[in-house]
This record gives sequence, C-alpha cells and structure tokens, in this order.
Amino acid sequence: MSAFNRQRFTALLVKETLQIVRDPSTFLIAFVLPMILLFLFGYGVSLDTARVKIGLALQDTSAQARSLATAYERSGWFEVTGSRDVASLKADLVAGNIRGIIVIPPDFGRRLDSRGDPASIQVITDGSMPNTAGFVAAYAEGIRASWAAGLADERGVQPLPPISLAQRFWFNPELTSRYFLVPGSIAIVMTMIGTLLTALVVAREWERGTMEALLATPIGMAEFLATKVIPYFILGLCSMTICTLIAIFVFGVPFLGSALALLAIASAFLVPALGQGLLISAVTKNQFVASQVALLSAFLPAMLLSGFLFEITSMPRIIQLITYVVPARYVIPPLQTVFAVGDLWGLFLRNIAVLLGFGAFFFLLAIRATRRRIA
Amino acid sequence: MEVGNMDGPVATAHEVTKRFAKDGPPALDAVSIDIVAGRMTGLVGPDGAGKTTLIRLLAGLLDPDGGTVDVQNLPAVDADHAAIGYMPQRFGLYEDLSVIENLSLYANLRGLPASERDARFRELLAFTDLERFRTRLAGKLSGGMKQKLGLACAMVKAPKLLLLDEPGVGVDPVSRRELWAMVRNLAGEGIGVLWSTAYLDEAEKCDTVFLLNEGKLLYAGEPARLTGRIEGRVYRVFAGADGRRKLLERALNDKDVTDGTIQGASLRLVMKPDVGAPRPAAIGAPADCRIEATAPRFEDAFVDILGGGPPGTSALAQAYRSIPQTQEPAIVAERLTKQFGAFTAASNISFSVPRGQIFGLLGPNGAGKSTTFKMLCGLLTPTSGGGQVAGHDLRKARAEARQSLGYMAQKFSLYGDLSVQQNLNFFSGVYGLTGTRQREAIGRVVEIFHLKDYLSVNSGTMPLGFKQRLALACAVMHQPPVLFLDEPTSGVDPIVRREFWTHINGLVEHGVTVLVTTHFMDEAEYCDRIALIYRGEEIAIGTPDDLKTQAAAKAGLDDPTLEDAFITLIEESDKQREAA
Repeated sequence: MSAFNRQRFTALLVKETLQIVRDPSTFLIAFVLPMILLFLFGYGVSLDTARVKIGLALQDTSAQARSLATAYERSGWFEVTGSRDVASLKADLVAGNIRGIIVIPPDFGRRLDSRGDPASIQVITDGSMPNTAGFVAAYAEGIRASWAAGLADERGVQPLPPISLAQRFWFNPELTSRYFLVPGSIAIVMTMIGTLLTALVVAREWERGTMEALLATPIGMAEFLATKVIPYFILGLCSMTICTLIAIFVFGVPFLGSALALLAIASAFLVPALGQGLLISAVTKNQFVASQVALLSAFLPAMLLSGFLFEITSMPRIIQLITYVVPARYVIPPLQTVFAVGDLWGLFLRNIAVLLGFGAFFFLLAIRATRRRIA
Repeated sequence: MEVGNMDGPVATAHEVTKRFAKDGPPALDAVSIDIVAGRMTGLVGPDGAGKTTLIRLLAGLLDPDGGTVDVQNLPAVDADHAAIGYMPQRFGLYEDLSVIENLSLYANLRGLPASERDARFRELLAFTDLERFRTRLAGKLSGGMKQKLGLACAMVKAPKLLLLDEPGVGVDPVSRRELWAMVRNLAGEGIGVLWSTAYLDEAEKCDTVFLLNEGKLLYAGEPARLTGRIEGRVYRVFAGADGRRKLLERALNDKDVTDGTIQGASLRLVMKPDVGAPRPAAIGAPADCRIEATAPRFEDAFVDILGGGPPGTSALAQAYRSIPQTQEPAIVAERLTKQFGAFTAASNISFSVPRGQIFGLLGPNGAGKSTTFKMLCGLLTPTSGGGQVAGHDLRKARAEARQSLGYMAQKFSLYGDLSVQQNLNFFSGVYGLTGTRQREAIGRVVEIFHLKDYLSVNSGTMPLGFKQRLALACAVMHQPPVLFLDEPTSGVDPIVRREFWTHINGLVEHGVTVLVTTHFMDEAEYCDRIALIYRGEEIAIGTPDDLKTQAAAKAGLDDPTLEDAFITLIEESDKQREAA
C-alpha cells in the first residue's frame, strides 16, 4: 500500500538484525545445529559397508566345505562366528548380534563331488535391516561364486563366462560416503535456516502481538517481507560458509569447484527455502504449528526425497515423481558436483533456474497470504 | 499547522457489524461511534463486549462485515497509518530490544523526522520515567513499565487518532493516573483519543463514553448523563463494620434494592426507581444506623443499565461446611523476606489474619505482592522469616499447608483443552476427593455455578464469566478453611464481580479465611484489613477506612477514595525514600 520507504526499511532491518544477534535460539539453529548435523553425517552416519558380523553353520566336515568356510573368513567383508549347528546362531540373529547366517549343509561336499548335482548353501538374513540383508546375501553369493570358480580352475574346468568385469569408480574412487554426505548436508542446513527459522520468526511476531502493532504503522508489506528475508539470507550464507570450511578442513572433503559457483548455488537455493518459510508462517501464525509444517514440508523431503541419502533413481516411480517438486532435489546434484567434480556451469545454471522458479512461486504465494489484516 | 474543524469527528464507525463465526453471535452488532478531536472518548464494557474488535476495525486491521469505518474521511483500511497511534493490549513491544531501540523502531516506522527525534525521545522518556531504563530490554521491564513504553511507542509521532486498547489493565493506580494525565494532555492538543477500559472509574472521567455489552451499544454520550439517570437513588448505610457482610446479603435480597456493594465499613446501595431511601427494618439494619444519600458513580449506573446486581445469598456458602473456631490466626506471615540475587523482592512482610476475615495485599505491579503470596502458598521458599497457613508451618509442612488452602490464580489457569467436567474431576482428585465425596462435591458446584450446560464444553472456549466461576469452583470443591485469590475479578464485568463477592462474603461468614492480592480498588473495599506493599516493603496496614483516614490526614483530602489513599501513601513513601 505505501511506497517503499528507506527510513522504515532500515529501521526494520536493524530491528531484525538485533533480534538475530540477541536470540540464543537463532544462534542455536543457525550454527550449533548445523554443526551437530555435519558431524553426525561426517562421522556418525556412513553408507559404506564395513565388516558385517555373520554366523557360519558348518554342518559338513568335508575338505571342500572347510575350504569354503575359510574363504568366508578371509574375504575381509565378514566377521565370522563359526558353529556346528544353526540353532545356536539363530539366537544371535534374533538378538541382533549377527546380521546373517550362512549354512553349509551336511551333504555339501558329497554333492559337489558327484558333479552335475549343484551344491547349494543357505543364506539366512535379517530382513528387518534390508540394506544389510541385501549386502550379506549378495556378498555371500559372490564369495561362494569366486570360491567355486577357483575350485573349477584348480580342476581344470572352465565354467566361467568369458567376460569379466573391471569396476572403476570416478570422482569418489574410494566410494567414501562422507564425500557426498557432507556437501549434501549443507543443503539440509540451509533448509533449516531458510525455512524453519524464517517460519518461526514471523510466526513469533504474530504470537507476541508485535505483528498487530507493526501492521498499525504505515509499513508496506514489501518492506516487511524484504526485511524478514534479507537477514536470514545472509545468515544462511554465513552458515553455509562455515559448513563448507568444516567440510574441507575437518573432514578433508575435496573441493574441486569454485567459491563463486558454490555461492551461486547456495544463494539460488535460499530463495525457495526463504519463500517457503514466509509462506508457512503467514498461513499458520503460530510457532508450534509453523515448526511442524516446516519440518514435514521442507526438512524431511530435503532429507529423504532430494537424493541426499537415497538414490532417486532407485525409488518407486510414484515417489520419483514427487521428488520433482522438492526444491532440495535441484540443489543436491550441483552441490555434490561443485565439491567432487568442479564447475559444470551447464548443470548449475539449469538447476539454479529451477530453484529460482520455485522461489518465485513461493514468494508469490507468501505475498498473497501476508495481508494487512489480522483475522 | 492547520487544525481544521475541531468539532468534526476524526474517526467514525457507522452501523458497523463484525462476525468471526458465520453462525455465531456477531462480535459487533450495528455499532456507531464518533471520535472527536480534542476529546477523551471512552469505550467501556466487560470482557468480550467487542471493544478490541472495534479498535482493530478503527486501526484498519480488520474489514467490517457491514457498515463503514472511516478515519479522517477515508475508510480505515486505506487511511494514513502514520496519523493513527495504536497500542494493542499486548503492548506490541519487542522484548529482545531495549527501551530506546523499541522507541526508535517505531519512530522510524511512523516517519518521525530525525531532527525531532532527540527532543521527542527525551520528552517521552521523562514522562514515562523510563530514562533510567533506556538500555534495558523491554522483556525485563515490569508490566506497568511495558505499558508506558507501549504508549510512548504509539504516540512517538504525535498522531491525529490515538487508539488505546485497555491501557489501564494490569497497571497500578499511580501509573494509571499518570497515563491518564498525559493522554488527557494529548487530547487537549487536538488529538482524538479512544481509551478502551473495563475500569468504570476511568470511564467516568471521559468526555464521551460508548458502552458496549455483548457486541451491542447500550449507551453513548456524556458519562454524567448516564450517572444522572440514577441521581437520588444511591445511599450509604453505616451500620458498623462487624455485620456488614450479613447486612449486604439481606439488603441485596430486598426487592427495593437493585445493587449493593461494600465500601469500607459501610454499604453502598442503589435503590429501584421511586422507592426512596432504604428502610433499616427492610434490610435488617439497626434502627439507629446512619443512612445518607450519596452521589452516584458511573459503575452504579452501569450495573443499573445492565439490569441490577445478583441476589445476595450465596448457594455456595450455604452448602459449605462450617470452619471450626480456633484461637490461633488462620494465616500468619512473620518477617517474610525473599531475595533474588541482590534484588529484594519482599522484605520483612508481617501480618496475621484471624479466622473468618478477608485480608488484602495491595500494591503496584512488581511491588512484591505476588512474591509474598507465593511464599505463603508454599510455591517459593522464603530467604528468611516464616509463616503458617491453617496452623501448618510453611517450612515444615508445606504439603499440609497447601492441602488446607484453595487457590485461584490471576489468569485462567485451568486446562483450557479439557472439558468443564474433566477439570472438575481433575481438581477434585488432586485435592484428595474420591468416590461418593468427589461426586457430591462436583454435583454441588455444578448446580451452584450453573455449569450444567457447559459440562462437555472445553473450558478454554467459555465466556470469561463462566471461566471465572469454574476457577472458583475448582478452588473450593474440597472445602478448604483458607482461600487464596490472586486478582480474582480483574477484567470481568461488574455483575460477575458482584456475584463472585457474594460467594466470598458468604464463605467468610462460614468461617473461611481469605487472602486476596489486588490492585483493583473495588476488591480492596471488600477486605477487612489491607497491607499496602510497595518496593517489597509493607508501607501501611489497616482497615480500608483506616488507610483512607491516614491519607486524608496526610494529603488534606475530604472523603478520599481508596484509590486516593493508595496514591497518597505511595507518594508519601517515595518522599521518605528520597529524604533518606
């Protein structure tokens, strides 16, 4: 309604900045929480497969059976607890002490000798942890296959297919999950500051009755929204910078891109994040509800549906479709790229354009929802 | 500066209607008011009458559903907001900004030119006495100081229209008078002031009042004209302090009496039209008692226009057990002292209340009333000193002391999300009532307080009057010998307040002892004795009439009100402090 006024704008900006500086909870959300998150993803969470504890029930005493058992023990993938029977291992599996049982049956050696009769082993896994279960099953089979191949080789038979696979991983040769988790968590941190914090601070104005007093002054909604957004935009970038420095210098994550590219990506992502925060607070006007909505609509999708923790291409088709409306989906690939690969402006600009599009959408809705009326 | 037509209204509302729920009753029902520059306009009515809704409409914060709201001849929504000063009920202050930061924020938002800032700030800080607290965070100010700062922020740039939503609530009489004087001055400079209040003594001082009740305008005009309607119908009955509660009960049950209250040792009665003075025989007063006509007050007229006060007999008291007579006092405070770090919140507070009396703790905000109260409830441990409640030592037998008192908090402190029935079940259970006794106790209060229709309603959504009844019901179900009331009737309308005191008076007649904190002078008048607490110290103690006499002697006042006495005694204390 009123034209943009510099005196009012500056006054609101100063007020907002003072509040940020003085409010311990702002500091907590902007700096301490990201730190915890970063260390959690840096040290605590690892998607790498380390040695998994399994049980091995060796029910056959033949030389072949013992040789296979040794192959498991020496594989380097498993920490093996040996036993004669399955029953005692089952208890361990139920208790969660081991993640799988490999059973080498009593007739294993005899069947193998009789040739033509396929010698089989049994793999029991803990289905309550599907990832680990799949890992155990696949590796158990893999080890058996390579052991069988070795055996055949010894005997001068050639059962192997003529193709062998040589794997090579680009950009993250050791497949260290930290290298893509830490850059990804920067997106989570910015979601928290952009959406959660902004949603909280505007809702707080409604709750404490200061909004009512502000609305009764000549302020324009543009001034109000701008002064809410700018400080938190800067705060978000500060927090991003700190996270990046920690990623590089504490976790040793390689940074192959340029600071400019990182800044551009982060800035573009903060636009929809802040817009969403403003929208949430304008609609809810209540800190508790705002925080719940922010968690559900921004934080969790950023965690689960952005490709940060889980590969989007391995999601069911319907979930994949949903990920297209999660802004964080468009920031994770450029962020990981700027760290691990370098500047790929084609990819960056495409994603930045999408993010700005989301931002414009949220801001339009937020402006519509923030009216100069209190009921 | 061109003042324009001083008599033309700065703001008008014409036949304005506002509903918040489609099928519910309207918050405002075809209300018309004018706010004229240079005059104090009062907006009076009990809680929930629609005062805040009307003010928000004038501030352009709400759209009317019907009718028009204009400020300076423009619809309020489009009006020049720089010309409207608005202080909402919750101050509108930023608690994490300092006094001066709040002030300069609003100065900038309202477009106060930089050249005028320093002078204006000095002036406002001097008036509000906040100069000392310039750099203190607003959140760390007392309630009264916040209110003053809120007012300063609303008028930092002299407005054309000043809208004040209950600026007197929660502020002690001293600050209230100061606030009033300054706003009155502003009005004199040609500003239209709308002062909304539930305090009827404030309404009486306005040039024009608009009286709202349940969204409807009951009266518009000069307060004196409303008061004039009951001229010659108000009497005071002096029949000694001892039997005044019984006397009031009988008087209120008399068909010729429309309203009555206790005023110190005397009764104040409003008679029905054309029945003349009360006859001692009809109200059971001694034949030789003194009865004199007195000038009507606005509150008398207000209750009259609402249809008179409630009957005088309390069903609650009739069903209450008789508290056995004891020799020792029911409540004792002995040199109670509480220190928070270097700050002494209460220092050497001593008093004792005999069984069957009402004792009042009176004082400005932050004086130490609540601290004293909390120590006696066993919620705070005294730094030194001690006390007893119903014979239980506060230091040794806190739980027993608490069990023997009923507590009614200042704000509605029941569970708003629980139904009335659930609240009653919970609180009776907490106080140890079970089985048949519990059912009987609940049944009794439900009948007495007319809660039957509300049993399954969430208590938070009830009208204020019913919340207050429920709060009292929860405090008395276990029939405690001692009742603690923390500002029990602030904000409720005079009818509900009368009903409440009818119950309290009845209980006291049954031997219940009552401790009440208040800065509401009407409540203080019901007390047998009062301790005036100021800056953590007890500066005066005695009957309401004693305090008035003391003040009359000191200030040379003739027939002072309790509020006059309160202010005089506090000023006296300030003088002594300065001299020391």
